[in-house]
Amino acid sequence: MAIQPGLRRSGAVTLAALAAFMATPAHAGSIDETINSYISAITGPFVSFIFSPFPGTTFPWIVLWLILAATVFTLYFGFIQVRAFRHSLSLVRGDYDNPNDAGEVSHFQALATALSGTVGLGNIAGVAVAISIGGPGATFWMILAGLSGMATKFTECTLGVKYRNEYADGTVSGGPMYYLSKGLAERGLGGLGRFLAVIFAVFCMMGALGAGNMFQANQVHAQLVNVTGGVGTSFLDGKGWLTGLVMAALVFAVIIGGIKSIARVTEKIVPLMALIYLAAGLVILIMHADMIPWAFGRIIDGAFTGLGVAGGVVGALIQGFKRAAFSNEAGLGSAAIAHAAVRTNEPITEGFVSLLEPFIDTVVICTMTALVIIITGVLQTDPATGLYVWNADAGRIATEGNLTGVELTSAAFGSVFSWFPYVLALSVVLFAFSTMISWSYYGVKAWTYLFGEETAGAFRIIFCIFVIIGAAMNLSAVIDFADASVFAMALANVIGLYLLMPVVKRELNSYLARLKSGEIKKHNV
Amino acid sequence: MTKEIFVVGYDGIDTAVVDYAIKCAGKIDASLLIVHVLEWSPFAFLTPEEIESRHAKRSEELARAEKAVMRPMLDRAVAAGVEASGAVRFGAAVSILCDIAKEKNAEQMFVGRTGETPLKARVFGSVAVGLAQASPVPIVIVP
Repeated sequence: MAIQPGLRRSGAVTLAALAAFMATPAHAGSIDETINSYISAITGPFVSFIFSPFPGTTFPWIVLWLILAATVFTLYFGFIQVRAFRHSLSLVRGDYDNPNDAGEVSHFQALATALSGTVGLGNIAGVAVAISIGGPGATFWMILAGLSGMATKFTECTLGVKYRNEYADGTVSGGPMYYLSKGLAERGLGGLGRFLAVIFAVFCMMGALGAGNMFQANQVHAQLVNVTGGVGTSFLDGKGWLTGLVMAALVFAVIIGGIKSIARVTEKIVPLMALIYLAAGLVILIMHADMIPWAFGRIIDGAFTGLGVAGGVVGALIQGFKRAAFSNEAGLGSAAIAHAAVRTNEPITEGFVSLLEPFIDTVVICTMTALVIIITGVLQTDPATGLYVWNADAGRIATEGNLTGVELTSAAFGSVFSWFPYVLALSVVLFAFSTMISWSYYGVKAWTYLFGEETAGAFRIIFCIFVIIGAAMNLSAVIDFADASVFAMALANVIGLYLLMPVVKRELNSYLARLKSGEIKKHNV
Repeated sequence: MTKEIFVVGYDGIDTAVVDYAIKCAGKIDASLLIVHVLEWSPFAFLTPEEIESRHAKRSEELARAEKAVMRPMLDRAVAAGVEASGAVRFGAAVSILCDIAKEKNAEQMFVGRTGETPLKARVFGSVAVGLAQASPVPIVIVP
């Protein structure tokens, strides 16, 4: 399934630039396209398998797989995302932290680090892609997927902590590989557990290289080309390998060179960027407060009628669910790796904290991006019918300059604040960088599960090489591969979650009973 | 009657405050509680690797502070014939010192004036000034 064919070209601000680009024969044999054709040839069959439709429908089976999981966990844990929401906030505030444990990783830090891996391009570029292909209705399904995904995240992060490995030097390794192998062994399914763990680890490595790396590098390059003059005029155009080389050097410095100062600078700026992004979005929404009910009307109409979008309701639903999963990562198992590193006596508390992630990521940030895109009117509508104008060639809603991805979000914000595209370009670079750092960690954990703790360095080097490949490739091939590898992680992970959910239920019941009896009490009152 | 307790905030550099507290405690036979705070915010951002190694690093930091910072000061007090104990804590210096003073029912508290760079002290205030405003017990600021 081609999600956004030719997005790289859509960076053209004007049609003239686009025409000039098409007319330049020098692009045909560029390094980009050579690398692209090789990689597409290798990844093509894998991508079509993952996104093949459920027999007899047009619905990709892997999306159904995640919807089903989120629904099952929501029901099994009795709408835990609603019941535990306040308690989760209380945990993050530190109300239940024992003062004697000060200096250990706090719940807030665990949440912030896990979020820095998920908040990023999915919230900016992914939402724009979903809306331009699936229409505003995609937002409705995205919110629904975000809300139900909270239960999935709760389940996987609890298990991630419960079944982690602790080593003599005080470090820990955890995540789906460990709960699949150890948890299922407890249930007498050791063989299946090890098999699923290996499958997960292989997909996780590919996901780290695809979604956590190549997609990020690619969008950074697209954005840099865009702000330095656009396709056809920018000196960076066609030089993805150059952007890739610089980013790879920075990633190398952090994950191999151990140069903490770069990571620290990013960590300070990333939350600031996230706040600026949210603040700018909020200001736009406040300025157009009268249009918010209309925008929600469009979202709900679109969710059930399609509003002229070629894919109709199903198209909106598929796009919404896919982007939500891609953005908040519920069910993929990545957050379980991040949370497993936190030292806590109660695995379930990490589950509670983690259920806030899909809420913040999808229900708050993605929805805001969607509302800004809808309200600023960058998507063209037919004034006579109120339906969106469909650009059949591109396979998405028509926009001025034929934009999608980051450029569409950039144009939406830029229509209110002319300086915003520059801030957004910087945010994209920084978000991508922090996401890469997080995913390099997930990838390393999957790699070391397969090949041993001492071989981590080899994966880190491969990771840096993929930064260059990602930046040099055409986006349609990258994003397909990124999507496919990330969704493939959910395959093994969710089977394990079904088999282990009774374990989480026992933990939950025990914790809630002790909370009620006052055995677990607030320290900061 | 139990001895009076003097809480001493020690930053690991400014030994003048410890010396002065020893001198005062020696006169009225009070005991010292020397507190060293390792600045730590539960709201600072960490990379996944830092989270993973945090527990090991915390133990390391505690051990180092006990050995290199606290031990020499306790020895100094004992040598002067003053009873002394030590505490190494993570967190924000002002609130930890106030909490300990309250908890131990301290008679007074000693802190040094130096510590932060002048610019940082101007912008964020120094521990000494913060304590002067928040301390639950009388406070001695040693130059």
